[in-house]
Amino acid sequence: MIRTRRIAWPLLAAVLPFIFLAASFEIVPLMTMLLSSFQEEAGSAFTLDHYLTSLSNPFYTKAIRNSMLIALYSSVIGLAAGMLAAYSITRLPESVRDRILMISNMTSNFAGVPLAFAFIILLGNNGLFTLVFNDLGLPVLDQFELYSWTGLVLVYVYFQIPLAILLMYPTYYGIKQQWREASGLLGAGTVQFWRYIGLPLLLPGMLGTFSILFANAMGAYATAYALVGGNYNLLAIRIGSLTAGDVYVRPELGSALAVLLAAAMLLAMWINERMMLKVRRDLAE
Amino acid sequence: MKNKGYHYAIILLLMAYLLLPLAATLLFALAKEWQATILPSGWTLEWFAVLLQDARFLESLGRSLLVCTLSVLLSLAVMVPTIYIVTVYMPKLEKLLYALVLLPYALPGVVMAVGLIRIYSGGPVPIAGTLWILVGAYFVIILPYMYQGIRNALRTVNARELTDAAELLGATRVQAFRQVVLPNILPGITVSVLLSFSILFGEFVLANLLVGGRYETVQIYLYKRLSESGHLSSAVAIAYFGFVLILSGLLLRLGKWVFRTPDIR
Repeated sequence: MIRTRRIAWPLLAAVLPFIFLAASFEIVPLMTMLLSSFQEEAGSAFTLDHYLTSLSNPFYTKAIRNSMLIALYSSVIGLAAGMLAAYSITRLPESVRDRILMISNMTSNFAGVPLAFAFIILLGNNGLFTLVFNDLGLPVLDQFELYSWTGLVLVYVYFQIPLAILLMYPTYYGIKQQWREASGLLGAGTVQFWRYIGLPLLLPGMLGTFSILFANAMGAYATAYALVGGNYNLLAIRIGSLTAGDVYVRPELGSALAVLLAAAMLLAMWINERMMLKVRRDLAE
Repeated sequence: MKNKGYHYAIILLLMAYLLLPLAATLLFALAKEWQATILPSGWTLEWFAVLLQDARFLESLGRSLLVCTLSVLLSLAVMVPTIYIVTVYMPKLEKLLYALVLLPYALPGVVMAVGLIRIYSGGPVPIAGTLWILVGAYFVIILPYMYQGIRNALRTVNARELTDAAELLGATRVQAFRQVVLPNILPGITVSVLLSFSILFGEFVLANLLVGGRYETVQIYLYKRLSESGHLSSAVAIAYFGFVLILSGLLLRLGKWVFRTPDIR
């Protein structure tokens, strides 16, 4: 006890820079955001108006709904495709497996502005596929609009899939080959195996991965911003333009929306944590 | 395995989907003209040459490198001692530290930006729009990665026992850290340094909201060029991706080397 007391001060001094930086750039800004979300625009009186506006003004509820829908669709599609791919990867010889996983992880670096641009080259008004299909006399893409929410879902799916693979891949190793053989001996077909044994085992991992994907899409800003600019009504974009816009700045309202988004993200992380705990327990058994 | 073909088909589809946007960008960067034809009408390296002569690009590249290097160096200088001290001397504070470094992982950049703009666009420290706010914000967003790497490295070398042994042999605290622990953990930290660097290099949200055009980084430059010249922006995107590729290649090598299974034990 005496020993610790003697040394505590120089050690604390060495930690001081961290405390200073974390306070100035993490804690105080977040606290400021929280406080200003409860502040009146003119003056500093306490108010819940900004939350009321966020949750009742059609403009902002639309933004929230758009974000949630895009997050939902891109996560469901991303998870389904990622699971299918991750399972196929586990069935491949090891050398191929590693290479595929590497490429998949690598492409997850291809996000944000460059990704949006790549999709414009492929599917924009003069995009490669748009032209190919027109030339073939198959105007299937005429209905498709990259700068709309279906386009956004398609682009979001691109960065969701590698993440889904990364997160789902390990959970497949919880399903042992012996169980498959055992269920086969007892008369279960492939469909029955997955329905009664495989999927229930994967379920916690799926829910956890889904919550991460959902949060990932809800918070995504760069891709949408580069693709549709400030035009499309999304939560992350609204927050950005309300706090750092050129024309119409309402930082208090932006703070309230940001607090709502942060709460959703923390909830998603918490769900994932709980589910992963269950996955690990199941794997350990 | 009778269904091998099916699995290969799935993987092929996956690879096509993941690599197609990249391939298209590469084609566009190498195309002389690509307006209303399915494939480009000619090939050229001109765009890369234009890029290398574009002072604005080179300046933005310099800014990106500067801000990323500063942030990572700052993080190293601050986080290595902090995590070491907390792990070895103040284990009671580990939970608090963990919560602090994990928070930026859970919160998206746009949320982090809101409070930063509030505080620093006026008031006593008006650093919004300068390099410094970006360095501060970047210090925070790489915390989870730096923490994970440093923590793992300390755990791998048994920092607590190592420190005890050094002090038992007469080293002071500073000597134990600088001459015994630090050299042992540095290789392990390289991986998180490179990872953090590549994350920051591709960072757009905070750069756009906190400094925007006032301190143009490569990502901002890319965004601004998008509407002007497609070929040029493809060239930037490809150059950027190549850079990230080299970094992650290095990362992989280093990772294998650092986490290689020890021969003895």
